[in-house]
Amino acid sequence: MNKKILSAVVGAAAVAGMGAAPASAATLDDVKAKGFVQCGVSTGLAGFSAPNDAGDWSGIDVDLCRGVAAAVFGDAQAVKFSPLSAKERFTALQSGEIDVLSRNTTWTMSRDTQLGLNFAGVNYYDGQGFMVREALGVSSALQLSGASVCVQTGTTTELNLTDYFKANDMTYNPVVFEKLEEVNAAYDANRCDVYTTDQSGLYSIRLGLSAPDDHMVLPEVISKEPLGPVVRQGDDQWFNIVKWVHNAMLNAEEMGISSENVDEMMNSTDPNVMRLLGKEGTFGEGIGLGNDWAFNVIKMVGNYGEVFERNVGDSTPLGIARGVNALWSKGGLQYAPPIR
Amino acid sequence: MAHQAGVETGADDSGRVSLMNDPKARGFVFQALLIVAVAAMVWSGVTNAIDNLARAGIASGFGFFGERAGFDIGQTLIPYTNDSSYLRAFFVGLLNTMVVGVIGIFVATIIGFVVGLARLSKNYLVQKFATVYVEVLRNVPLLLQLLFWYKAVLSILPSPREAAQEAGVEIAFSINNRGLYLPRVVPENGASLIGYAIVAALLAWFFIGRWAKKRQIETGQQFPVFLTGLGLLIVLPVLAFLVTGMPLALEYASLQGFNMVGGWVIQPEFMALLLGLALYTASFIAEIVRAGILAVSRGQTEASYALGLRPNLTSRLVIVPQAMRVIIPPLTSQFLNLTKNSSLAVAIGYPDLVSIFGGTVLNQTGQAVEVISITMLVYLALSLLTSAFMNWFNSRVSLVER
Amino acid sequence: MDNNTQSIAFVRTEESPATAPPSTSSGVGGWIRENLFATPRDTVLSILTILLLIWMVPPIVDWAFISAVWTGEGREDCIVPGAGACWAFVEAKFGQFIYGRYPIEERWRVDLTGLLLIAGLVPIAIPSIPYKRENALYLLVVFPILAFILLTGQFGLEPVETALWGGLLVTLVVAIVGIVVSFPLGILLALGRRSEMPIVKMFCIIFIEFWRGVPLITVLFMSSVMLPLFLPEGVSFDKLLRALIGVALFSSAYMAEVIRGGLQAIPKGQYEAANAMALTFWQGTRLVIMPQALKLVIPGIVNTFIGLFKDTSLVLIIGLFDLLGIVQQNMTDPNWISPATPATGFVFAAFVFFIFCFGMSRYSAYMERRLDTGHK
Repeated sequence: MNKKILSAVVGAAAVAGMGAAPASAATLDDVKAKGFVQCGVSTGLAGFSAPNDAGDWSGIDVDLCRGVAAAVFGDAQAVKFSPLSAKERFTALQSGEIDVLSRNTTWTMSRDTQLGLNFAGVNYYDGQGFMVREALGVSSALQLSGASVCVQTGTTTELNLTDYFKANDMTYNPVVFEKLEEVNAAYDANRCDVYTTDQSGLYSIRLGLSAPDDHMVLPEVISKEPLGPVVRQGDDQWFNIVKWVHNAMLNAEEMGISSENVDEMMNSTDPNVMRLLGKEGTFGEGIGLGNDWAFNVIKMVGNYGEVFERNVGDSTPLGIARGVNALWSKGGLQYAPPIR
Repeated sequence: MAHQAGVETGADDSGRVSLMNDPKARGFVFQALLIVAVAAMVWSGVTNAIDNLARAGIASGFGFFGERAGFDIGQTLIPYTNDSSYLRAFFVGLLNTMVVGVIGIFVATIIGFVVGLARLSKNYLVQKFATVYVEVLRNVPLLLQLLFWYKAVLSILPSPREAAQEAGVEIAFSINNRGLYLPRVVPENGASLIGYAIVAALLAWFFIGRWAKKRQIETGQQFPVFLTGLGLLIVLPVLAFLVTGMPLALEYASLQGFNMVGGWVIQPEFMALLLGLALYTASFIAEIVRAGILAVSRGQTEASYALGLRPNLTSRLVIVPQAMRVIIPPLTSQFLNLTKNSSLAVAIGYPDLVSIFGGTVLNQTGQAVEVISITMLVYLALSLLTSAFMNWFNSRVSLVER
Repeated sequence: MDNNTQSIAFVRTEESPATAPPSTSSGVGGWIRENLFATPRDTVLSILTILLLIWMVPPIVDWAFISAVWTGEGREDCIVPGAGACWAFVEAKFGQFIYGRYPIEERWRVDLTGLLLIAGLVPIAIPSIPYKRENALYLLVVFPILAFILLTGQFGLEPVETALWGGLLVTLVVAIVGIVVSFPLGILLALGRRSEMPIVKMFCIIFIEFWRGVPLITVLFMSSVMLPLFLPEGVSFDKLLRALIGVALFSSAYMAEVIRGGLQAIPKGQYEAANAMALTFWQGTRLVIMPQALKLVIPGIVNTFIGLFKDTSLVLIIGLFDLLGIVQQNMTDPNWISPATPATGFVFAAFVFFIFCFGMSRYSAYMERRLDTGHK
């Protein structure tokens, strides 16, 4: 009886519109019906996904979601963000609470195959590193035997750490926390000698320490961490949309199309540009969108290079170099299949 | 005839109405509906879960327990490496939870009784101090207190290197932001005799106690059981220690590389959790103790004075046994709360059951349903165990009552 | 006879004036002697306490007031050597601590909801004001609906998604929803547990003991990680709503036990009288038993609410930003990070929680005394 009342209460609340979000196989239809993309992000990692005081999100991962919204609706603001902990992120996607997970998530085989998820690409090539206090006088990760290491639980980081110390026959004391803020606070309070996470994260976290200049990131990269957007398995259309939004941003950078010159580029006679911007062919319709999908993405969000520079590049406090995230034509790993 | 008719109508009435208004029939229908409703909910939940898991391709079942865990844990009471199984990691977490629960209950009870008595003290300062303690700690969330202790404690402690500079090479006692370092007692050959001596002393204490009680009942003469027992407990092991040629060595911590190595270490997470849990729960226990003692009527004290008992004996023989009857039931629920609250360890990084099993294992296996159900069941079992023990203890104490 | 009167030289006819008590037991000195140094043990305790106070109080006062930084623009102002609490941080983030990221131009709605709540709470808390039944109806039915409309934004108001809610707003929403939902559920469970129908009784006992036996944090984990998997495909709840469901179920078990205590305290004669008046079970419960039982358990309900209010801080573990959560999140703001920031934030949050909980516990104690005279 009480259960019935409970379900009635719950049902009433759901009907009243307090966030009953349908999620069936055709994600695109659902997204169009509700009028926005629900995007899972981190609870705050500068440069990737972080809110400002007014609650506006920004970062590489956020811009990917905005790109998807621009492609679907022609409006980069038609996104709602769900901040998720490392633990919640996959359940949130599996259960349909979010449409796309763009939360510096590492692409691994088990995640891709056993959790019912599909990785739609790599929007940031990362690797796990170590940060230490300069006062310790350490210059290599191989000198870290016996150290206390702060690490966030539920990440591939924790496992890589174990493997690295084991492989190099070193010991360490793990100090494990559930939330990123707690790891940061513990490291800042000198609870541990070493902070380990993805290198991009280390740069971002260092900014938030009480004395950023006293800390240094060690040169070793101990793992491959390809970070990318994730969607549910079994909805190829939506999978394609997310995948090609990312590819379009890469192709745009390669062709020299940016948010500033995209209007002029509409007059271009280069068939590659014409195909990307929807002047030739019906590539947009092939993924269930309008032919101006890529134009909207580039116009409203920008190409990959712009997004990178704006969020984590040299002009930002993070100051991360393009490195392996440069285009393949410039010696990096970012390579998008052609639109043809 | 009229009488008969009356009976008939009465019977008719009850017969007609019984379907609607007969409490038994109604109760039966009602209960049947409840069962159907609950069964329907469970069934729909289970089928949904099976559907969802199957569609998402998530593994299910308990096979993951046998797999290699692959992560390390900061505090382990049983041998554990990253090659151990998830099952072993589960037990490491469970033991860590139980350790903090048991020690926490012990410490909280002591502090609680002291503060509760202090609140009844005639000494103005002591009484006010206890009142402020109780009011402040009771009205601030435990999680906040834990975070405060953890961060406050960590932030004022020195780093191991700074601590080592003061302490020298062999560190007998050091408290720094990696933990509390004490010398560890390492048993050598023949040390087991000391253990036997302790057991023997405890047994002797127990039997002397029984003998003394019997003698007092028979002859009225008293015997200083406590002092004798304590004496035995000290003298016997010391004798054994000397006879076997002092087979205990002390292992001191020393600074090696980043951290102090060796010795007996208590992690700061454990200290903060224990401190927070014990101080918070003690504030509730203090109120329970105060209420319990106030519940014993003044006449009891006066009667015992009239019998010529001194104040010490009065509280031990008259007031405390009666107060305990009032104190124990709410005390039980405080112990349960402490055990359950120890799950807040996850916020300050102490590797308890929720942190290891509900955290790391859940993340790695992705089997939310199994992991969370097991975690909840374990706490349920711990709660039932604690309350069963306290009920048993309560029934023993109640025997004092007439 | 006569001899006797003559043999007595002086017969006093008036009472002699009372002498002043000895100086050792009157005035300030006497008070100190009696309250601080009555016995040797008291003397030792008093001296120890005084030493403890001397050790503790001046540094705390210095940190919180004398060397505290009251105004400032950022971390540079708080990082000066010797600085105490960084109150400037609280000042700068105060809006967030209260409303979270609720849009600034819509915050009047939160304020209005708060006023509506106070308008309902004040009259129900003062025993001499009549219309308690209507008042309770307002608080339990009308107010939640109004608050829902105002806070989420229905009927033309700008919708505000719950992800933007935070601070004291979320703390109060979780605690109040928990108590409002758990109240009717708790009554039903308490009645069920005393029911004579075995299955109903068993179900209620299992339900109550289960929720009371597990920690709230696992309940929250369950609602945030496990619950979504149990819902049919295509249905999902808002994160805040899921936490609310968990909290409501959890607190209804505790509420049920409080109300059961009240039901047990009602003399059997009252039940029998209700039956003798030919009232049905529900009529008797509604008209005779519940009004008495609920009055008895008001202190218990307030205490449950205090516990719930404190427990709401746990929602930060599942990523909702209640008061404590938002304070903790703002501590990592690079613009404000300084050695004093975390302690300041915690002290501020502790102070807010203390004000609420202490106030409510005083009220509960007052009601307890008041009810005590009327009963027994």
